[in-house]
Amino acid sequence: MPNQPILELKNVSSGYGSIDALKGVSLKVFPGEIVTMIGANGAGKTTTLMTICGIVPIKAGEIYYDGKPIHGCEPDTLAPKGLCQVPEGRRIFPRLKVEDNLEMGAFFRKDRQNMEKDMDHVFDLFPVLKERRKQLGGTLSGGEQQMLAIGRALMSKPRLLLLDEPSLGLAPLIVKRIFEIIHEINHREKTTILLVEQNANIALQSASRGYVLETGIIIMSDDAGALLQNPKIRKAYLGE
Amino acid sequence: MEFFIQQTINGLTLGGIYALIALGYTMVYGIIQLINFAHGEFFAAGGYLGVILLSFLVSRGYLETHPWLCLGGSLVLAMAYCAALAMAVEKVAYKPLRFASRLSVLLSALGMSIFLQNGLMLTQGVYDKPYPSIFSHGNIEFGNITVSYLQIIILVATVSLLVLLNILVFKTRIGKAMRATAQDKVMTSLLGISSNRIISITFAIGAALAAAAGIMVGLYYGSVRYDMGFVPGIKAFAAAVLGGIGNITGAMLGGLIIGMVEIYGAGYISGQYKDVFAFIILIGVLYFRPTGIMGENIDDTRI
Repeated sequence: MPNQPILELKNVSSGYGSIDALKGVSLKVFPGEIVTMIGANGAGKTTTLMTICGIVPIKAGEIYYDGKPIHGCEPDTLAPKGLCQVPEGRRIFPRLKVEDNLEMGAFFRKDRQNMEKDMDHVFDLFPVLKERRKQLGGTLSGGEQQMLAIGRALMSKPRLLLLDEPSLGLAPLIVKRIFEIIHEINHREKTTILLVEQNANIALQSASRGYVLETGIIIMSDDAGALLQNPKIRKAYLGE
Repeated sequence: MEFFIQQTINGLTLGGIYALIALGYTMVYGIIQLINFAHGEFFAAGGYLGVILLSFLVSRGYLETHPWLCLGGSLVLAMAYCAALAMAVEKVAYKPLRFASRLSVLLSALGMSIFLQNGLMLTQGVYDKPYPSIFSHGNIEFGNITVSYLQIIILVATVSLLVLLNILVFKTRIGKAMRATAQDKVMTSLLGISSNRIISITFAIGAALAAAAGIMVGLYYGSVRYDMGFVPGIKAFAAAVLGGIGNITGAMLGGLIIGMVEIYGAGYISGQYKDVFAFIILIGVLYFRPTGIMGENIDDTRI
């Protein structure tokens, strides 16, 4: 494993108004990994990702991407650096066609001639999107919207992909398919993935390492396999 | 019947002009939920730059020899000037208030409107400025119906601009980014699209259309005045509300309807009440259907 993490959070505190949702979170993600952050509803998982992306203002601590500080950066400067997020609730553009949604993922890119090729690649991963390419994003089902959101992020050619609850509200079969794709993206394209999930079981099975977040504090971090065996985790997050 | 057709042609001409102005209101509202009350001033600024440029060209004698080139050039320059002006206004008066309450921005817009209007008055004087009359001669007659060349110029220019805008917003990358930004600003910033840039471009496009409308009004009525932006501005706002604010097709439709109603009203009821009709519609829409004609349709014509 290379020594330099692609993403590092050092004692990050942030939140909305006077309430700190994160109270000194530190974590590292190394290139090529799938790292997961699990935690209950309200633990601060989404806040962590939104703080990394500069949407929620950071109050204390530092965030490094590729060894360079990104705390205080404008959110729209990060995607061109290869850091992209698929946010909670997918946030596809409901009144844009599927193909236009995908095009927006590549908006900042200068190499427009490669865009067609990348769109075909997304259609290979998610054939259903090709069938629906002329439909408005808002007319897709939940699973299709999740696929579109991931596809749109892939159009930005990310090196680090932040995924927020990709399983949320989806049928088990579709969840399985989405996680297969996540693996494929990580494996074939060497995209590093930071995965935030409430579904601890599937998240820990997919990831190499995991962090456990509880009310804004990381209470545990270990190899994913070890966390899966940990009786405390099994009791609290795997329903035993 | 002939009277009706004549009025319809007049109404389309005026309605097209309202539509051009209304688009600026609706696009800006679609992106930042602001009623840009300074928008009428871009229309006035365009009318003034048109008269300044055309008068200069007349004095050099170019207008006689190359009338179309002069008109086209003045139109493009006035549009570019107002686009730049709108971007500056946005930067100074609205951008610092991006995270303030909507009321603060609205007040800032009102203040900007007063500032720009007074600026125009101080620099250009309080009296009407006449447009060169070269384009107001000549017309085509079908029986008792008269269509002036000027009306044809205005109709052709308006339709071309509306078609161009539709292509820009619905077919080009930047247009799609504008619509995406209107739908979800957090998401577009996560995708590396700068909201500030998109907002700036939206203001520029809206003001350019208003500037074109300003020149057309100057040509059509023969002169411009420093406070010419106020009444057409409010009528175009009524048009945008009628069409469903935030909806591009709605603004075009609303503009045409307001223009037609105004002309029919003036023709069949009373010319003195000409200005009342637009506001009756505005009040009626706000009372009975606040979302406007196309506001509630979930289709892709909203920005």
